[in-house]
Amino acid sequence: MAAPTTTESHAGAHDHPSDGHYIRIALVLALLTAAETATYFVDWFDDNTTLLWIVLAPIMILKFGMVAWFFMHLKSDSRMFSRMFLMGIVTAVAVYMIFLLTFDEFF
Amino acid sequence: LAETATVPHATDHHGGELKPGDHGWTYTGLTNEKLAMWLFLGTECLLFGGLISTYLLYKSRVPEGQGPTPHDLYDIPFTSVSSFVLLMSSLTMVLAVTAIARGDIRNTRVWLATTALLGGVFISGQVYEFTSFVKEGMGFTTNVASSAFFTLTGFHGVHVSIGILMLMSLLLLSFRGRLGPERAEAVEIVGLYWHFVDVVWILIFTVVYLVP
Repeated sequence: MAAPTTTESHAGAHDHPSDGHYIRIALVLALLTAAETATYFVDWFDDNTTLLWIVLAPIMILKFGMVAWFFMHLKSDSRMFSRMFLMGIVTAVAVYMIFLLTFDEFF
Repeated sequence: LAETATVPHATDHHGGELKPGDHGWTYTGLTNEKLAMWLFLGTECLLFGGLISTYLLYKSRVPEGQGPTPHDLYDIPFTSVSSFVLLMSSLTMVLAVTAIARGDIRNTRVWLATTALLGGVFISGQVYEFTSFVKEGMGFTTNVASSAFFTLTGFHGVHVSIGILMLMSLLLLSFRGRLGPERAEAVEIVGLYWHFVDVVWILIFTVVYLVP
């Protein structure tokens, strides 16, 4: 196999944002957690799991994405890392959705 | 790979480009350690996916009279505070990574110690929660839901504990003068593990605790 001929950047290189930038992201994450927790105290959701999912799932995915994208540096790191992580997530979601559907968990 | 593939080249500690045969040179241009950590985290998704799915499967399949289920006993305000603590530990971890990258050893130590401390607070909360559940009659073998719950959150707790050990090791290395900016990637790799543990808890908090 021939050696690569072009360069992109050095290994996993990325410029770290400032501490203030990370603090702002953490603040948003804290607010999102507060919003999630607030659903526990709202009576509307008591008998409506579907509505609760509609509210909570996007917040959960947003929090997950923000930590992975900013704190784990997927935003600025090599795309190969993102692909490896996504590969694990997609495989897990696919396998276990089939698993749960097999046992009629959703119906 | 095709001969013309675009591949990043690794650099040495002084920013000089590494060549084939140099120590640390890799074909991908990415360090093996970091690549291995990401691969490991990818496989961890499958582990936690399995544990979460098992909990989802069993949580509502407890026969009558088999004791309380986890949902009967959750203390959501308490767990919310624990979640907040773990989330903030991700912030302190990333601050440790930026501190080591700019060669600020003192702040690296401060943030690593703070992260380990916050992790310790989280684990203490989990021990308290487990103890109170057992006192209220829900042990590991009480029913299928409790087994699935303790297995899932217990595995997560073990991961946090391992993360704390990693952080303490880094702290020890720094005090022995063996953790400088040239080894910033070691802190970043431990940070990746720590953030992963955090994102797993983000899923557990919503899927296991908040949704009835």
